[in-house]
Amino acid sequence: MNDETNDRVAVDVRGVEKHFSDGARSIHVMKQVTLQALKGEILMLVGPSGCGKTTLLSAIAGTLNIESGEIDVMGNPVHKMSDAALTRFRAKTIGFIFQQFHLIPTISVAENVGIPLLIQNAPKKQVIDRARAVLDAVGLGDRWKERPNRLSGGQQQRVAIARALVHEPPLVICDEPTAALDARNGEIVLELFRNVARSPDRAVLIVTHDNRIFSYADRVARMDDGEIVEVREQGHTEPPHFVHEHA
Amino acid sequence: MTALALKMLFGDTAKYMMLVAGLFFASFLIIQQASVFCGLMLWTTSTLKNVAAPIYVVEEQVQQVNETNPLRDTDVARVRSVSAVEWAMPLYSGIQRVRLEDGSFKTVQLIGIDAATLAGAPERMIKGRLEDLRLPNTVIIDELAITRLSLKGAPPIKVGDRFEINDIEARVVGICKAARSFTGGPYIWTTYERALQYTPPSRKMLSAVIAAPVDGVSWEDAAGEISRKTGLKAYVNRSFGSDENDLNTSTVWWYVRNTGIPISFGTTVVIGFIVGVAIACQTFYSFVLDNLRHLGALKAMGMSNLRLSLMLVIQAATVGLVGFGIGLLFTALFAIAAVENQQPPFYMPWQIPVVAFGVIQLICMVAALMGIFRLSRYEPAMVFRT
Ligand SMILES: Nc1ncnc2c1ncn2[C@@H]1O[C@H](COP(=O)(O)OP(=O)(O)OP(=O)(O)O)[C@@H](O)[C@H]1O
Ligand SMILES: [Mg+2]
Repeated sequence: MNDETNDRVAVDVRGVEKHFSDGARSIHVMKQVTLQALKGEILMLVGPSGCGKTTLLSAIAGTLNIESGEIDVMGNPVHKMSDAALTRFRAKTIGFIFQQFHLIPTISVAENVGIPLLIQNAPKKQVIDRARAVLDAVGLGDRWKERPNRLSGGQQQRVAIARALVHEPPLVICDEPTAALDARNGEIVLELFRNVARSPDRAVLIVTHDNRIFSYADRVARMDDGEIVEVREQGHTEPPHFVHEHA
Repeated sequence: MTALALKMLFGDTAKYMMLVAGLFFASFLIIQQASVFCGLMLWTTSTLKNVAAPIYVVEEQVQQVNETNPLRDTDVARVRSVSAVEWAMPLYSGIQRVRLEDGSFKTVQLIGIDAATLAGAPERMIKGRLEDLRLPNTVIIDELAITRLSLKGAPPIKVGDRFEINDIEARVVGICKAARSFTGGPYIWTTYERALQYTPPSRKMLSAVIAAPVDGVSWEDAAGEISRKTGLKAYVNRSFGSDENDLNTSTVWWYVRNTGIPISFGTTVVIGFIVGVAIACQTFYSFVLDNLRHLGALKAMGMSNLRLSLMLVIQAATVGLVGFGIGLLFTALFAIAAVENQQPPFYMPWQIPVVAFGVIQLICMVAALMGIFRLSRYEPAMVFRT
């Protein structure tokens, strides 16, 4: 690996091992996993259900301890950090997008979006201003005062994307961001990933087994039974598109 | 963060109401019952307020004012002979039965005082003249007696009316204000000699000798000297809590130690506490469980355990504050009604709400701690799986 690519590495996973004990049985969920995510790209992690995608994502996000191996995220040795350091690291470095959105129903859309800034103790005025600006970028600028459950599923996921970007984290992590959405909304969300989330200094890491959306990735890493079996560049000969099942 | 915590709390209207209702119930029960208990204890000392002599001399074994273990008639003179004593007068105090015109009986607290000096007479007359007590067969009644001794359907009893105490005629010559008696019967004043006539005869009738010290001698010193010189027990009549030689204090403690009253009130207070704990902890815990997804997401997004815990503490403290506030408000309404109605007894020293507030907040902190404990076991990695 030359210095130039080294500079572009956002996430560097090397030889990671992890077992889960399921009663008497021990499941080997990560077997010598090695993977890099680069700044400026959308990397999709795909593979059959139960192969360990979410587990790997959790380890990268610093929410799950690993047994051996190394994980560097933006120069932070995640595998070595204390719980308190990990908490600060997550607050600053990572934008989270969940399958079930996890928006707080009793506060407004803008307040939800502002949460990562709130966690970093930003002044209140700045939180709302910045949240509204990001909501504009995802096309929901006029809905900032509403409660999240007044919005459709697709709109809620756009709010979640805004929340993941509001503090400009260098790494955005999404687990099955389109699984709860229909095709139309999935397409809007993926367009946002490409056009709003993706930026030269940020890596976007998406876990999915939704093969309709693979073409939005810059690279696709395929996982099977705890191993990365293939990493493929998407030579974008045609613009990315959403594969409609019945089209 | 406080705003976020409160919005999450108020957003769940059903649980919020439930929490406030439970803590309101607990606060109300605790404050109200404790205050009624204190009021009742205060009532045990009513005779000491209604017959406001500085010193009460009683039989050696007597520990409380409602206990009548009579003295010898000669004891008045013995007390009088003590140099520190300015004056000493006989006092009769006992429960007697009044027969009304329709033949029904009512119990009353009969007080007999010295006819010449009227020492121990009611302090605030509303109607009639105190001096008329020196006329034959006369009594002064308190306000409560108006309702208690009036016949149903007949006009209320007034100055000039008559009734019988143990078959002997009593004519009302005055109405006064008086503190409520513990037994619930009205206070009726008459002279010492007449009190003896009203009372079925027995060998000794002198309930107490009331006395006052000469100028320049404190009540306590005079009482001490009376005790030494006569061998009788001499108490001062100050107020509850002043010292062990105060008859108010001794009376209240006697009731606390020798009756089931503290236990029965204590039981209700404990029930209030348990209900509060049960409702608050159970509801708050389920509130935390309902929000676990969101709290877990906040944790994953980098909110520290300390801040998450603080949010739960703020939420719990807030419901505690609101529940307690409403509880105090309702106790105040209850108190106003009690004072207006002159019963049930009600007395709320400042310690009661302060302690109750502490107890309610303690309940809330236990609830918050349960939530904090649950949250601490929530792995942030779980957010990807729910
Ligand atoms: N906390 C846990 N305890 C025990 N086993 C676990 C735990 N988390 C995951 N596993 C197991 O580890 C394996 C990998 O799980 P993981 O969630 O990473 O798969 P996945 O690729 O994300 O699957 P899916 O596509 O269904 O989300 C599975 O067999 C799962 O049952
Ligand atoms: Mg998964």
